[in-house]
Amino acid sequence: MPTPLLEIDRLRVEFDLPGGSVAAVKDLSFTVHEGETLALVGESGSGKSVSSTAALGLLPALARPTGAIRWHGGAGNEDLLRVAPKRLRQIRGNEISMIFQEPMTSLNPLHRVGRQIVEVLAKHTVLRGRDARARALELLEQVGLPEPGRRLASYSHELSGGQRQRVMIAMALACEPKLLIADEPTTALDVTVQAQILSLLKDLQRRYGMAILFITHDLGIVRHFADRVCVMRGGERVESGETAALFADPRHAYTRMLIDAEPHGRKAPVPADAPLLLEAHDLRVRFPLNRRLFRPTTYFEAVRGIDLAIRRGQTVGIVGESGSGKSTLGRALLRLLESRGEIRFGDTALDGLDSAGMRPLRSRMQVVFQDPFGSLSPRMTVGEIVGEGLRVHAPELGRRERDALVQEALHDVALDSTMRHRYPHEFSGGQRQRIAIARALVLKPKFLLLDEPTSALDRSVQATVIALLRDLQERHGLTYLFISHDLAVVRALADSVLVMKDGVVVEQGDTEALFQAPREAYTRELMRAAFLEEAAA
Amino acid sequence: MLRYTLTRLLQAIPTLWIVITLSFFLMHLAPGGPFDGERQLPPEIEANLLATYHLDEPVWQQYLIYMGNLLQGDLGPSFKYKDFTVTELVAQGFPVSLELGLWAIGLALLIGLPLGVIAALKRNSTVDYLVMGTALAGVAVPNFVIAPLLALVFGVFLGWLPVGGWNDGAWPNLVLPVVALSIQQIAYIARMMRASMIEILGSHFIRTARAKGLTETEVIWRHALRPAMLPVVSYLGPAIAGIITGSVVIEQIFGIPGIGRYFVQAALNRDYTLVMGTVVFYGALIVLLNLLVDLLYSALDPQIRYDD
Amino acid sequence: MTTDTALSTPDLTGDSLDREAWRRLRQNRAATASLALLALVALACIAGPWLTPWALDEVDWNAFLAAPNLDDGHYAGTDANGRDLLTRVLHGGRVSLSVALVATFVSLVIGVLYGAVAGYLGGRVDTLMMRFVDIMYSLPFMFLVILLMVVFGRNILLIYAAIGAVEWLDMSRIVRGQVLALKRREFVEAAQALGVRRHTIVTRHLIPNALGPVIVYVTLTVPKVILLESFLSFLGLGVQEPLTSWGVLISEGKDMMETAPWMLLVPSTFLATTLLCLNFLGDGLRDALDPKTR
Repeated sequence: MPTPLLEIDRLRVEFDLPGGSVAAVKDLSFTVHEGETLALVGESGSGKSVSSTAALGLLPALARPTGAIRWHGGAGNEDLLRVAPKRLRQIRGNEISMIFQEPMTSLNPLHRVGRQIVEVLAKHTVLRGRDARARALELLEQVGLPEPGRRLASYSHELSGGQRQRVMIAMALACEPKLLIADEPTTALDVTVQAQILSLLKDLQRRYGMAILFITHDLGIVRHFADRVCVMRGGERVESGETAALFADPRHAYTRMLIDAEPHGRKAPVPADAPLLLEAHDLRVRFPLNRRLFRPTTYFEAVRGIDLAIRRGQTVGIVGESGSGKSTLGRALLRLLESRGEIRFGDTALDGLDSAGMRPLRSRMQVVFQDPFGSLSPRMTVGEIVGEGLRVHAPELGRRERDALVQEALHDVALDSTMRHRYPHEFSGGQRQRIAIARALVLKPKFLLLDEPTSALDRSVQATVIALLRDLQERHGLTYLFISHDLAVVRALADSVLVMKDGVVVEQGDTEALFQAPREAYTRELMRAAFLEEAAA
Repeated sequence: MLRYTLTRLLQAIPTLWIVITLSFFLMHLAPGGPFDGERQLPPEIEANLLATYHLDEPVWQQYLIYMGNLLQGDLGPSFKYKDFTVTELVAQGFPVSLELGLWAIGLALLIGLPLGVIAALKRNSTVDYLVMGTALAGVAVPNFVIAPLLALVFGVFLGWLPVGGWNDGAWPNLVLPVVALSIQQIAYIARMMRASMIEILGSHFIRTARAKGLTETEVIWRHALRPAMLPVVSYLGPAIAGIITGSVVIEQIFGIPGIGRYFVQAALNRDYTLVMGTVVFYGALIVLLNLLVDLLYSALDPQIRYDD
Repeated sequence: MTTDTALSTPDLTGDSLDREAWRRLRQNRAATASLALLALVALACIAGPWLTPWALDEVDWNAFLAAPNLDDGHYAGTDANGRDLLTRVLHGGRVSLSVALVATFVSLVIGVLYGAVAGYLGGRVDTLMMRFVDIMYSLPFMFLVILLMVVFGRNILLIYAAIGAVEWLDMSRIVRGQVLALKRREFVEAAQALGVRRHTIVTRHLIPNALGPVIVYVTLTVPKVILLESFLSFLGLGVQEPLTSWGVLISEGKDMMETAPWMLLVPSTFLATTLLCLNFLGDGLRDALDPKTR
């Protein structure tokens, strides 16, 4: 019989806002048992982070929590919402500790790493001075930080994101807590780093015998990491249960939808004799590193000699981690960045064309960016944004004709055409991404560069945008270059894949062949990290 | 760190050179010579005077002579205070101005920093609105308005403090000028500290500190104050420049025998060498103090890289 | 990350960011009151001198250092030469406000052009241009302006130019920062991908979005400029007779404050009120355009 450690009982958290109070968590109950991993899963706005921060009393001042959070890890049965502030501080960092989503900014930039770990020890243990430093060193060794002795004296800006998260974990484990709350601890990290951090957490959990409350939006992680799952939506619990059972037989429609939201299906291949649409040969892009006045400029080569060929109707996927040069490659192909090497679009050579020379071609090759908040001009209406390309490429059109085309494009991406008089900030992320797609489509392009178009969206929204992109490709005979770090999405959409690392192509081939039998070690590592076990096995 | 200091010192030299050269040639663009305006001098005496001051030689030669003297700390003779060299006058006035300035910047930090912190901790409360409203008034109202008003109220109406004079820096004589000089800086520093403290208190590493189980006092003293003070440290350069500029009027209003007063008198009397000498001196002072502030900042913030 | 929910507002035309900012500004009572008061001061300075019963240099031989009274039309008293103080203050206001407008405009034009060019061209040109601004920053400018006044005499055109030339530095830094940040935004890249011409990108995408901070900064530059001019005039290095300005009047009032305190209080009140209102307005505008800061 498992012993309950933390019981959330009918928790409700309201935020007092100028327009009235809003409930972020409504009547939520769940229990974490000793030594287990419970995953709290939900999309943005589901209240998963709010409910976990409530447990440590770290909610912002505007929040009013009601209900009970019972803690059995200390002196019997305590309600963390009502316990004295002094007792709560004894619990924080000692009995319950927490790691956060933002490894880059969660450490104090002005204190050395060692001092920040020693601070916790001094607060909750009898260790002081040399003993405390020895324990800090031991912790850094346990979290697998390279050169732990030297790292004690480092500042956080000298560490990478993954290393900083390791320091956070060392700090959280310093007092051997009974419960670790991990709030999206790997979301900001690259997939291979994510895999390392997750396996580290598993190891440490075994060693210390602690329970983990794991908050995430990523069902892939949940399936491989958690004992039990609690699915949340709109501040309420939708469903909970043993991980395997829940994935095998989700009861609730929302859970089923979330599980189904993992992209399915494969792209139908194009005929082998389809004409080439876009080709690049030995493409190179470099950026100046230090532009000083009286010193020679040194360069960083972001793309280092890439060959590429896309046939009409194809989708070519480019995968890689941050810094691999995949987005730079995409921008260079559209001549948004200076590059060296050959680029051909149809039968036109693009390299060497200036902006005036490129202009007539721009209506045939378009782009959709990652950030649905940054890619729409905030002071223009949706109608003006979508119509802007027409003013360049079809200046002969009158207002009325242009408006008709804009409406048609919005209709194409399943948006209500009455929305064209509104401004971008009034739309959700998914809607904005549809607007960005409409802006590209209104010019009737042949080729579309999709630069991480779904990465900033929730899984369920992502699924609808992917369905839309598939549908548009079929209806308009579009050719896509799809850039993503998300292997599952690329697998579902692309005919062939290029794996990039440090500016070069590590491996390329037809999608299924590559996913079934990756040849390169790096590709296998990526796939293992992304939990595509069947491929890596 | 040492290399950084040396580089910054080297970078200060061209700035100083620009100040000196600019002022030198500006002065020589001035219509009329330095001995015009007084009663007509006999030609041979004027020629004599011009020769003494090298004014009969080509401008570029005068420039070289001036630069040469400057390197030996000689700012030339004063045309109006005939018995003194500019260097002597500056050396006389500087200790007075320095004392005034140090008190003012000290007071500004001593009052401005805590006010900003309190306002930030009590954000959007009555205390906050009161402090920030007063601070905005302090930013807006110039010191040459505040100074006479203070003198009128505390000197004339209430008779508590002297309206002017230096009296070798006795504290009753110091109070009003120091207060008048520092009010604007207090206000700036309080506003800046509040904004930066609010930003820091909302940052992720403060959340981490709370999650460690630290008390709110420990969180503020150990984790929030130092990073929140960084913007104020980088503002110290402009603050010092502001206080030096302000001291010019304040010394004038309260009749304090500092450099500022000589400067204004010289400017009104067209005592070219004294004006120029003072500008060069102030220029050097501001450039050097800016350098000191930068070094202080880099000592406080480990994220500054020294390889630049 | 957001959810893909439908919007609840029923009306078809949306609210632009500028309209929302304007609404927030109107809700800020300190800022609206300041705006009204400023309009009043400006109006008084423009029309006032025609409405007072006395002319600028007219000497009332019956009233030297007369205290304010309503009967003989010296609403704010007279100075040591028997000239009507209110008339002089309003005339002085014209000078102060005109210096403020012209010098701010000068700094705006230089600063925006310089900053926009540096930010838009980027690279080595940018480094060179900003290095120059850094050097200018470390110069003791106040003193060079005074030097200028000493050398070339006290000329109001020179004051315009000199103050404008000092204040453009901050503006150029702000504009450059804005342009650099906007240039990297994806909507600018999207416009390039559409084939929109360079100058259209600048006028349609960069300028409208950089305008907010510039407006805020202009509102905060005006009081700085007024302050600089009064500072120079106070030291006797600013405008010359027969012109007058608030700085000159405060300086005169300071010398007479023991016998005729109104000579200090009236111009000080006008100057302080104007500066305070401009600062309140600037703060209000900043909060309205960027609601996150409060």
